[in-house]
Amino acid sequence: MTEAALQRPPPAAEPPEPDIVAALRGRLGPAGLLCHQPTQDGIPTCWVAADQVLPALRYLKDEAAPRYAMLFDLTAVDERLRRHRVGLPDSDFTLVYQLLSFDSNDWFRLKLALPAGTASAPSITGLWASANWYEREVFDLFGIEFVGHPNLRRIIMPPTWQGHPLRKDHPARATEMGLFSLPAERQAFEQEALRFVPEEWGMRRSGEDNDFLFLNLGPNHPSVHGVFRIALQLDGEEIVDAVPDIGYHHRGAEKMGERQSWHSYIPYTDRVDYLGGSLNNLPYVMAIEQMTGIEVPPRAQVIRVMISEFYRIASHLLFYGTFAQDVGQMSPVFYTFVDREKVFDIVESITGARMHSSFFRIGGVAADLPQGWDRRVREFVDWLPPRLDEYDGMVMQNGLLKRRTQGIGVYDTEQAIAWGVTGAGLRATGLAWDFRKARPYSGYENFEFEVPTGRNGDCYDRCAVRVDEMRQSVRIIRQCLAHMPEGPYKARHPLTTPPPKERTMHDIETLIQHFLSVSWGPVIPPGEGFACIEATKGLNGYYLTSDGGTMSYRTRIRTPSFPHLQLIPDMARGLMIADLIAILASIDFVMADVDR
Amino acid sequence: MSVGSPLNIGLILGAVIATAAVLIWVERRLLAVWQDRLGPNRLGPLGLLQVAADMIKILSKEDWVPPFADKGVFVFAPTVIMVTMLTAFAVVPIAPDVGIIDFNFGLLYFLALSSLSVYSAVLAGYASNNKYSLYGALRASAQTLSYEVFMGLSVMGVVMLAGTFDLRVIVEAQQNLWYIVPQCLGFAVFFIAALAESHRTPFDLPEAEHELVAGFHTEYSGIKFGMFFVGEYIGITLSSAMMVTLFFGGWHGPLLPPVVWFVLKTAVFIMLFILIRGSLPRPRYDQLMAFGWKVMLPLALVNLMLTGALVLMVGSDA
Repeated sequence: MTEAALQRPPPAAEPPEPDIVAALRGRLGPAGLLCHQPTQDGIPTCWVAADQVLPALRYLKDEAAPRYAMLFDLTAVDERLRRHRVGLPDSDFTLVYQLLSFDSNDWFRLKLALPAGTASAPSITGLWASANWYEREVFDLFGIEFVGHPNLRRIIMPPTWQGHPLRKDHPARATEMGLFSLPAERQAFEQEALRFVPEEWGMRRSGEDNDFLFLNLGPNHPSVHGVFRIALQLDGEEIVDAVPDIGYHHRGAEKMGERQSWHSYIPYTDRVDYLGGSLNNLPYVMAIEQMTGIEVPPRAQVIRVMISEFYRIASHLLFYGTFAQDVGQMSPVFYTFVDREKVFDIVESITGARMHSSFFRIGGVAADLPQGWDRRVREFVDWLPPRLDEYDGMVMQNGLLKRRTQGIGVYDTEQAIAWGVTGAGLRATGLAWDFRKARPYSGYENFEFEVPTGRNGDCYDRCAVRVDEMRQSVRIIRQCLAHMPEGPYKARHPLTTPPPKERTMHDIETLIQHFLSVSWGPVIPPGEGFACIEATKGLNGYYLTSDGGTMSYRTRIRTPSFPHLQLIPDMARGLMIADLIAILASIDFVMADVDR
Repeated sequence: MSVGSPLNIGLILGAVIATAAVLIWVERRLLAVWQDRLGPNRLGPLGLLQVAADMIKILSKEDWVPPFADKGVFVFAPTVIMVTMLTAFAVVPIAPDVGIIDFNFGLLYFLALSSLSVYSAVLAGYASNNKYSLYGALRASAQTLSYEVFMGLSVMGVVMLAGTFDLRVIVEAQQNLWYIVPQCLGFAVFFIAALAESHRTPFDLPEAEHELVAGFHTEYSGIKFGMFFVGEYIGITLSSAMMVTLFFGGWHGPLLPPVVWFVLKTAVFIMLFILIRGSLPRPRYDQLMAFGWKVMLPLALVNLMLTGALVLMVGSDA
């Protein structure tokens, strides 16, 4: 390793401007579209003028060819401390809108600069209903106002919180803050702030000839899968309205990303969707590999795929058992946990840990497969399918369960896309759109598997899709087993972690590089990267901004569960409490994945 | 020894309460076996002393009443189910000469008391002053009221055949033919209604954990919760004993002594209750009611008419 190699500039110099950017430029004019920013992820990224955001997004959503139907993500970046931003418009805070087109299977990123002194932007809730929570989140964490938002309140932080946590001037750890104390009057104040006032939640106390009953479902309730609260407006047992309240599981994962080294952040990603384990390392390390141009060797890719599919099975098994349990079936969860235990046994023997193995590294995986790994894996792929068949008879064919879940919590493909639903929830509506197929990553293009779909978009179909996905995952693992490539398990690249060590005792440059990379962590070249995977619950994307440091400048985690929960009121209105429980179970969310 | 002797009363009372206690262990072990687990197996032989441990735990817990509850009713509610279930046992003819009381309206007495037991859930839900409890209580009352109707109707076939409400006479009438044969329809309705009356899965809507946290007994703990718990087990035992009495020939059976037969048959039904809990999901509230009124009621009526026609044709032997 030489000094030159260390300072290798990021790849992808100036790519030709994509057609859609030209089309948008034609539409908005040069004054509307400020500039096109090349990024390492290759996603067309355009900066638009403040008054052109709505027209631009409306054009992209409804008229452009291809149409960008889904608002995939909406977030912000505090640019005030960023050093490497040559050629970009002046901005204190930048709003980032990321769109997904199903027509062309393409991304588009729109940026809006909010220069010093402006902290407001037009709300786009009129275009995408799903923007509601995203804008509330940006308001909460960055303090940016959205003009025209129907209900701009804090969503993640408590209503009494001072400051906006993702701003660069907000303290990131307790040692940067004063001592915490909770005097009696403060406690009384905080408690009073928690008092439930239906009007604040947009609910009326009485209807035409009756008073409603308000039921507080959660944050601690056996069926809300974590700390999740839904305020229910009930007429008898019928749900008039349901307002989800999130944020109880917020741990500031994105803020932590700004002060962990690129390498030491990997374990945090396991815990975002804590049922997905190392599967969630993948988008993070892939985004970094994209920003540094690291090529992951084939063996590492296949190991990653195999581990990912094991975690997918583990997560789906847990979903399957709890789904049956939430509609009142007591036993299946014990059977699926036995299988899940077998998955963890294998994961443990390969990675050394069970649920959160943090096995993936920048440029590969942490270790090679142990000797004899294939025996256990082979046993498992023969074990699971007959068990799944047995559960079919027990759960999926059960008449009572069918009656409880079919035709309940229905949405169609169009609704799903408008609300940003991905994963099994989207496929249950009949759209065969799996990111592993649509945009293969980590070598998924080399595997044969099908994308199971449902038809009705109801609770039953969402479960059926996941059950079939487990069979497909087994199929993928079988192929990993049969075709595991030989070769290194990590790329030979100075920025991989931990860095290559073999030559450290031979030349001083490598030694220095190794020393720095281990003590400080790798320095990732400035730029922006984005990687996305088909996670256990839908599309999980990491949008990373590097300012050329050992830590990320901004880590944006786009999790699938966050938008899914927004759909609950629409799915539950007019149904009964028991249906709501079935709906919650069928969404398959974990609150860590929602609140981050 | 004769029916109604103090020894009889004492033994039966003791046996019923002991059964309810052992059932805690039986249910946990059986469910565990069916769910590929072990269940409580540490304390004593086969984990049997777990029963004692559970008892000690539940008895020594703080006797707590939530400050927002209606105290008097809150304390009274759990006793209702214990008292009704235990007194209902008085009419069960366990064997010739074993039983507490025989009188010619034994069956009606059983139905009356099993209806009364719902006051336990209703009062508990009301007194708890908790919305989840209230929903549980509402569900309990609606469910019990509905399923009572067919429970009553379903046993009328047996009454017609035997020509009496006296349970001991009903058992004696099954000397040659158990009523399950002519009354299989009636049994099916009775079985489902009994499941519903005992608030067991799949009819555990009043306490549906996944919807109502713990339903009507959400606010209960310690010995007061224990009484609901034991009351439920006595209810299962009572329902099973009634099934045996009404449809499966009571103590009749070859070789073994009558008491053993009665206990064996009852045990089978108790285990059936547990098996059903381990296997079926829970219907929705409105589905449960619709099933009751649209399926069970017509079935019970059809059974009643068929039996009536049969009795008229053959001519009652009474």
